Amino acid sequence: MSSTTPAIPPTDARGDFSFPEKHAFDAGYGLTEATIDYICDAKGEPDWLRDFRKRALAKFRDMPQPLHWAPQEIAALDFDQIRYYLAQGTPARKNWDDVPDDVKRTFERLGVPEQERAFLAGVDAQYDSETAYKNMREELAKKGVIFVNPTEGLSAYESIFRPWFGKVIPVGDNKYAALNHAAFSGGSFIYVPKGVKLAQPLQAYFRINSESMGQFERTLIIADEGAELMYMEGCTAPKYDTATLHSGVVELVALPGAKIQYVTVQNWATNVYNLVIQRGLAMRDAEIRWIDCNIGSGVTMKYPAVILQGERARGEVVSISIARDGQLQDTGARMIHAASGTTSNIVAKSISIGHGRASYRGEVRVQPGATGCRNHTECDALLLHAESRTDTYPAITVHGDSAAVQHEASVSQVDEEMLFYMQQRGLTRAQAMSLAVNGFINDLVNEFPMEYSVELRRLIDMEMEDSIG
Amino acid sequence: MSLVIKNLHACVRGGQEILCGVDLDVPTGEVHAIMGPNGSGKSTLSKVLCGHPDYEVTAGSVELNGQDLLAMPPDARSRAGLFLAFQYPVEVPGVSNANFLRAALKARLPEGEELDAVAYYKRLRKVMNELGMDPKFSSRAVNEGFSGGEKKRNEVLQMLMLEPLCAILDETDSGLDVDALRIVSQGVNAMRSSFRSFLVITHYKRLLDYIVPDVVHVFHQGRIERTGGRDLVDYIEEHGFDFLKKEDA
Repeated sequence: MSSTTPAIPPTDARGDFSFPEKHAFDAGYGLTEATIDYICDAKGEPDWLRDFRKRALAKFRDMPQPLHWAPQEIAALDFDQIRYYLAQGTPARKNWDDVPDDVKRTFERLGVPEQERAFLAGVDAQYDSETAYKNMREELAKKGVIFVNPTEGLSAYESIFRPWFGKVIPVGDNKYAALNHAAFSGGSFIYVPKGVKLAQPLQAYFRINSESMGQFERTLIIADEGAELMYMEGCTAPKYDTATLHSGVVELVALPGAKIQYVTVQNWATNVYNLVIQRGLAMRDAEIRWIDCNIGSGVTMKYPAVILQGERARGEVVSISIARDGQLQDTGARMIHAASGTTSNIVAKSISIGHGRASYRGEVRVQPGATGCRNHTECDALLLHAESRTDTYPAITVHGDSAAVQHEASVSQVDEEMLFYMQQRGLTRAQAMSLAVNGFINDLVNEFPMEYSVELRRLIDMEMEDSIG
Repeated sequence: MSLVIKNLHACVRGGQEILCGVDLDVPTGEVHAIMGPNGSGKSTLSKVLCGHPDYEVTAGSVELNGQDLLAMPPDARSRAGLFLAFQYPVEVPGVSNANFLRAALKARLPEGEELDAVAYYKRLRKVMNELGMDPKFSSRAVNEGFSGGEKKRNEVLQMLMLEPLCAILDETDSGLDVDALRIVSQGVNAMRSSFRSFLVITHYKRLLDYIVPDVVHVFHQGRIERTGGRDLVDYIEEHGFDFLKKEDA
């Protein structure tokens, strides 16, 4: 482990660098029909997609910001001050040597090529609006695994891609779904054929380089019957004075008996609005797990969901959020039990430091006719300072009387007796606090791949040293 | 070279005075026992010496090998060589014993220096073995779900690993069965040396049969009321603390 570069840059500072912009394509500020024409022309997209994007834009304009329930902070987001498409005009490369020098150096600094050699089955590296590098191990291609960006997915694999595109998260689902449908660029389309099990994870790395950027990646993962894969995404950006928007859409489809694990470690700079929609559809006996860690961004709204569509499907969300001064982590989970015998599990832990705010927002629904469903939800919040804040908004809707739904919530502060005990053994107060916080989320950190969990712990140590030491 | 306490007064922060002028000198190489009735302030003394935030020192001084302990935060006192085996050890959820001890040892190294992990685990295993502890203990969270006896044994493990210059054992015997008491006492006795001092707080003679003290103090109403040799232990065992009341009257 010690020889590889950390899987996540340990602080904002490490991701906080940028190269001068060198864009061949720049759609300018704001999102209009002309912007969409510009994007479609740049990408050479078919007319149906152009119409599709424009219809989505109309929806986006019609729909209000969801301020009746969402954090009021998003009201400050000015969609006219965002740039919707920035690209260097070079196609995604399969060899790092062919990637433009500044982009290549960016990802080298973030350790991506090194991790790829060490433990990944494939990598997608997105720089602003477009994929700069995308490659997968040869033997997976031979097994029929598809790993391309959505533009290529639409043209080369339309018969697999199109039937599921926008089906799990429809265009009119909410304002940000409409926005992504209108402006999407980059992301991944993955198809794993029947019975194929990926031994190593695939990874996407989302990098924002330019100021006022809006990144709208689109990911669709289809695991055919009995297939298994793990997908990981990491995110960083330099810190700018103006707002940056990341609003991705991720749709997962787990066909009968398939298993998908989706791991996110988000460490955006604090000027980033991270408003992401992630939802999976789990068919009979399938399993979808979202493993989610939110450390960065100014405002995050993210509630990974699983629609348990087939009998005995399983869904899980494991979530860690850390909110420091000036940060709002509004995270949670949704589980929709639409078939009998489905089970779901939600474990969410948040840590609020200084004036940081962490919220848990969850929905568990058991649909009419679905019998013998089970959910267990546990959300625990740790507050490090008197001014730290946490809120919990659970919503549970159960039809019928055969479901077992459990919700446990706790809010705690680091115990002074515990800190004294640790200090009596020679640890400084900051070291003691760091150890206590690590202990609080230890069971969840272990759910992350080793390369990530080691780095997560280091990240927390550094946060504690900064905020308490 | 020793632990020197002079005229120590302390109260609960903003409240009642509990230590009312403690004078105590524990030279290195010696084991001193402190006995006394419930509520006499024995445990408060151990907490005040370690800098517990609930208490405020209003007068007096404490020096360990010439260093002013009262001027240091709790962690610096520990690194200066002071150790407290807690009467009620605290649980640290999610932090394994091995990681906790490693962090404590690392805190004693100069900045940037790393602990030799292999040597550390080897030593940890050896000491655990001497204390009759299951190797699985090292990966369990600190004190979490431990029985009373397991917690006490864990305190002694930490003491043996951290090798303090002055160790305070606060009712380490409570919750231990006879076998555990013998093993724990062997651990303590093995640590006795010319450069180390011990302050053993206990209600019972039982522990002092195993860890034989050089000097015995009787604590009463926030101060040391009487000092003697081992015969004082036998006297208390036979007559209780009633003699203190008679002195009051």
